[in-house]
Amino acid sequence: MFLNGMLYATKTLENPWSFDTYVQQGGYEAWKKILRGELTSDEVIDIVKASGLRGRGGAGFPTGLKWSFMPRKAPGQKYVVCNSDESEPGTCKDREILIYNPHALVEGMAIAGFAIGATAGYNYMRGEFMDEPYLHFEQAVNEAYAAGLLGRNVQGSGIDFDLYPSLGAGAYICGEETALLESIEGKKGQPRFKPPFPASFGVYGRPTTINNTETFAAVPWIIRHGGERYLAVGKPNNGGTKIFSVVGDVNAPGNFEIPLGTPFSKLLELAGGVKGGALKAVIPGGSSAPVLPANIMLDCTMDYDAIAKAGSMLGSGAVIVMNDSRCMVRSLLRLSYFYQHESCGQCTPCREGTGWLWRLVDRIEHGRGRMEDIDVLDSVADNIMGRTICALGDAAAMPVRGMIKHFRDEFVHHVEHKRCAAGTAAALATT
Amino acid sequence: MSQNKHAVLSEHACHEIDRWVAKYPPERKQSAVLAALREVQHENGGYLTNELMDAVADYLGLPAIAVYEVASFYSMYELKPVGRHNIAVCTNISCMLRGSDEIVAHIEQKLGIRLGESTADGKFYLKKEEECLAACASAPMMQVDHVYYENLTTAEVDRILDSLE
Repeated sequence: MFLNGMLYATKTLENPWSFDTYVQQGGYEAWKKILRGELTSDEVIDIVKASGLRGRGGAGFPTGLKWSFMPRKAPGQKYVVCNSDESEPGTCKDREILIYNPHALVEGMAIAGFAIGATAGYNYMRGEFMDEPYLHFEQAVNEAYAAGLLGRNVQGSGIDFDLYPSLGAGAYICGEETALLESIEGKKGQPRFKPPFPASFGVYGRPTTINNTETFAAVPWIIRHGGERYLAVGKPNNGGTKIFSVVGDVNAPGNFEIPLGTPFSKLLELAGGVKGGALKAVIPGGSSAPVLPANIMLDCTMDYDAIAKAGSMLGSGAVIVMNDSRCMVRSLLRLSYFYQHESCGQCTPCREGTGWLWRLVDRIEHGRGRMEDIDVLDSVADNIMGRTICALGDAAAMPVRGMIKHFRDEFVHHVEHKRCAAGTAAALATT
Repeated sequence: MSQNKHAVLSEHACHEIDRWVAKYPPERKQSAVLAALREVQHENGGYLTNELMDAVADYLGLPAIAVYEVASFYSMYELKPVGRHNIAVCTNISCMLRGSDEIVAHIEQKLGIRLGESTADGKFYLKKEEECLAACASAPMMQVDHVYYENLTTAEVDRILDSLE
């Protein structure tokens, strides 16, 4: 079993975050190979393409393909940007990469910079990470400079790469890549129209490649061991390992790095099984992913294709487990409140629609719902989807549609009885 | 720019802002706005004033509105006076499933304030945290002055809050 074998390889060691620990695990070998001139940028991109690595932030876009979109041989400044704005409810994997294995991210970003022709990189961490995660990453960057692995003409290779830790200040929307770019520029985090895509117009209007923390952190292993070996760890089209944050009603919540394609039942077992009752439902990919009922989930393997086929998405890999005492209306209310608060306000369907979703769910949860509200909810969600600049509108709408699709009877029960079908007296008392 | 306005910012704040400005291209000082606001808010006991925001704008050579709109957009900036210890309890879905509502209720009762309020003695500010704070596997959790405290119990909350000056 490949548990915590790559991204969390240092996690159980002494001083897991230190340069020495990372080097003892084969760290910086891939970067040094590049510095010695043993790989061209085309070769690096080909290896990443062969690995089947897909974006770990949520969209699952093939990383090698994304890198190949960069006008990498064109003159002028280009950038590599890391999205460490980990904010998708349920997700807590990148924070542990930053804390326990920050050098993998430093090395991964340096390799990416070489591959796409960028000589500067920013790692944008959410503002709430200003203490431990930020400080560990900053320390790793400083250690890499001190070891002569970053800077100008690194080890006489003719390769330049400077890396800067950066911080947000509290805004879910900054996890959207173009909002993140705006935030690096010192502005409000409001997403940009695409196209132009960041590969042609990114930070400061320069070509930029943005990937998630976990994506970059996987790159050193891939370059060191080869794309085919990485792919073989997972399953076709779903290469390598993925970190799953298994949270909610389980006995041993935690982050588990396992091969893509591992059965959900195995992952649940790693997290100690369901706590407080039988398995009712799982949100398999962060709060924006549609919920799946237990019977569907137990047949799934944990990879992009299997979860998509089941009607949801692997997303960020946050696996939110709910037992059979949980009220789905109340769970949706918490999520809908979150999305209406975090909508940046640019697009009317999202700004107004997320507010409507929240108020409708609130009305149903608190016994003031009408039967037609359930269909209105569904239609508001439908009218948001695909009609906004960025994916936050979809992210707010998808959980609503998933809940109504699979747990419509609970919404009906709330309307008919003005109270909850599931749950305990205590849960009712708080509503 | 007037000498006066610069004097609003401490020497340490200016040094810190300069350190951040150096991370960005020379003509892109605006990139340091977030860090500048974080620093001056920290030195001012946890909240921003118009005077401080104007001073940051002046120092970075920006129109004041460019600073105001950032300060009002991001949730980690406070635009009104708040208590000096910032308590943020995550109540998003994963923490909700693991008892964060009881943690909030306990703190509200202990401090005699509601979410979004500060204690009369100016010691505590109980922030209304809207976001998930990315420590879901060790829920329930809170941040106190930006330090994470995880796997909370009400007894643990008491210990942490009682230990603050």
